[in-house]
Amino acid sequence: MNDRFEIPARLRNTSIALIAVGILTLIGGIAALLTSHVDTDRARFWTVLLHDSVFFTLITAVSIFIQAAVSLAQGAWIVAFRRVPEAIGANVWVFGSIATVVLFAIVFTFKDAHGVNTIFPWVTPGNDAILLGKSAFLNKGMFVAFTLITIGLWSFFGQKFRAMSLAQEKAPKNDTKIYWKVFRLSGLFLLVYALTQMSTIPWLWIMSIQAHWFSTLFSWYTFASAFVSGMSLILLWVVYLKNQGNLGLVTIEHMHDLGKFMFAFSVFWTYLWFSQYMLIWYANIPEETVYFKLRQQGPYSIIFYANFIINFIMPILILMARPSKRNYFTVTFMAMVIIFGHWLDYFQMIMPGPLGAEWHINWYEIGIFMGFAGLLVFTVSRTLAKSSLVPHNNILLKETAIHIA
Amino acid sequence: MAIKKFAVAAYDDEAVLFPAVKKVRKSGYKLHDVYTPFAVHGLDTAMGLKETDLHIAGFIYGICGTSTAVGFISWIFTSDWPIVYGGKPHFALPAWVPITFELTVLFAAVGMTLTFCYLNQIMPGVKKHVFHPRQSDDLFVMAIELNDHTPEAEVVKFLKGTGAKETSVQMAEEGWWYGRWDKKEEYEALNA
Repeated sequence: MNDRFEIPARLRNTSIALIAVGILTLIGGIAALLTSHVDTDRARFWTVLLHDSVFFTLITAVSIFIQAAVSLAQGAWIVAFRRVPEAIGANVWVFGSIATVVLFAIVFTFKDAHGVNTIFPWVTPGNDAILLGKSAFLNKGMFVAFTLITIGLWSFFGQKFRAMSLAQEKAPKNDTKIYWKVFRLSGLFLLVYALTQMSTIPWLWIMSIQAHWFSTLFSWYTFASAFVSGMSLILLWVVYLKNQGNLGLVTIEHMHDLGKFMFAFSVFWTYLWFSQYMLIWYANIPEETVYFKLRQQGPYSIIFYANFIINFIMPILILMARPSKRNYFTVTFMAMVIIFGHWLDYFQMIMPGPLGAEWHINWYEIGIFMGFAGLLVFTVSRTLAKSSLVPHNNILLKETAIHIA
Repeated sequence: MAIKKFAVAAYDDEAVLFPAVKKVRKSGYKLHDVYTPFAVHGLDTAMGLKETDLHIAGFIYGICGTSTAVGFISWIFTSDWPIVYGGKPHFALPAWVPITFELTVLFAAVGMTLTFCYLNQIMPGVKKHVFHPRQSDDLFVMAIELNDHTPEAEVVKFLKGTGAKETSVQMAEEGWWYGRWDKKEEYEALNA
C-alpha cells in the first residue's frame, strides 16, 4: 500500500499556473477596475475578491467541522481518508487571512463617489434609522473582533486536529489518550463553529451587505451551502488520490458514504433555501421581499433559477440511486457541479447588494476563482505530501478498513 | 400454492451456519430460506440474495404522491374553487410545496411498507409454516426444498455433515396464506 503522496509535477505545475492566472487577473483588475472612476467597477473589484475569499474560507473550514462532528460521534468511516479533511482544515488560515485582508480593506477603505460604502452600507450609516438601530452589532469594532477571533480559532483548530492526528502516529500502540483529547476538543470546536459559521459570521460577512434586510435562517442556509460543497471538495481529493494509487483503505463503501452526504445535504440545503424563500414570499412584507425582488424577478433571475436547478434538481435526480453513488464518474462529476452550484449560490447572495444590475461572470470573476482554486490545490497537496496518507496507529483503523456503507 | 417437502436443519452457531450455507449452495440443493432470531450481517450475500427493487418501487410511489398532491391542489385552487386570498395568484406553487412534500413522503412510506410486507410475506392475519419453534429464539434454521432427484436421506445426511444440531423432514406450504383453521388442521395432519 502506497501511503506517501508525492506531488505529481503536473499537479504542481497546474496549480502554480492557476495561481499565476489569479495574480494576473488581480493585476488586471487593479488596472481596469480598482482605478476606474465608475463606482460599480470598483465595487466589482472588491466584491469578487470578497465572494471568492469568503467562499473558499467557508468550504475549507467545513473540513474541520466534519472532523469534529465525526470524532464526536466516534465514527470510523472517515478515518480511511482522514488526512484529506485534515490537510484542507490545516490550510484554512491561508484563505482566512486573505478573507480578513479583503474584508478589512472593504470596511476601512472602500467608498463610492458620495463617500458611501456600497458594499457594507452599515459602515457609513448617515441618517439611516434602520442602520443606526443595528449599529450596536453592525459596527467596525464588532466586525473586526468577530472576524479576527473566528479566523484565529478556525486556523488554530484546523492545525491542532492535524497535529494531534500526527501525534497519534508516534504514540504507543493502542494508546487512547490522544483519541479522547481529540474527542473533547471536537466538542469545543462544535461550540466555536456554532457561534461563528452557524450564526454570527454569515451575518457579518454576507448578510450585512444588504444591511436593511435580515433573515433568521440565513446562517444555517449558508452553512448548508458550505457544508455540501466542502464534502464535495473532500470527495474530489479522495478520488484524485485514489487515482494516484494512494488511499488503498478507501473502498467504494467510503465513496458511497461521501455520496450520501452530498445527496442528503443538497436536499438539506434546498429545505433551508426554500424555507427562507417561502416564508418571505407568503408574508409579502416589502422590507423582506426586497431581497428576492432583485434576485428572482430582477437582473439575477437566471442565476436564481440556475441555482435551484444545479443545487437541487440535479443532485436529487442524479445521486438518488444507489449505483450512481457507487460510481466514481457520477460522484466526481456531481462534486464539481455542486461546488460550482454553491459558488453561484454565494455569488447571488453577495453581488446584488453592491452591484445591482451591473453583475458579470467574466474574465475577472473566472480568473480570481481560478487563482483561489490553484491556491487550494497548491497548499493542500503540499500538506498532504508532508505525512503518511494512512493514519497509522489510529485506534479506529481496523474498523474503517472493514467499513460497509 | 403447493405443499412441498423440506429438509430442515437447525444450527446453534453463526460460525457453523455460514460455511453450511456456502456448502449447500455449492452442492446445488435448492436453498429455500434461512430463519434467524436476529439480523445476521452478510447472510444475504452468503445466501446469494439479490438486492430488491424496493427503492425503485419507493420512487414510483413518491412520484405518485407528488403528482396526486400537485394535481389535486391545482385543480381545486385554479378551476374547482378559485379564491383569492393573501393577494396570491390562484396557481400559488410555493404554498403547495409543504403539502406536496408530505404527500410524497406519505405515499412512498405507506407504499414501501406494504410492498416490504408483501415481499417478506408478512401481514396481520397471515399464516406461514414454522419450520422450528426455536427459529425466533436461539437457533438458526435452514430449510432445503426437496424433489425427486434429492432423496431425503441423502440431504439429511449432508446437513448433519455441515454441523447441524437437529435435522428433520417436513411437509410444508412454501408460501403464505390467510388463516383458515381447516387448512391448518389439514396441515398439522400432514406432519403428524
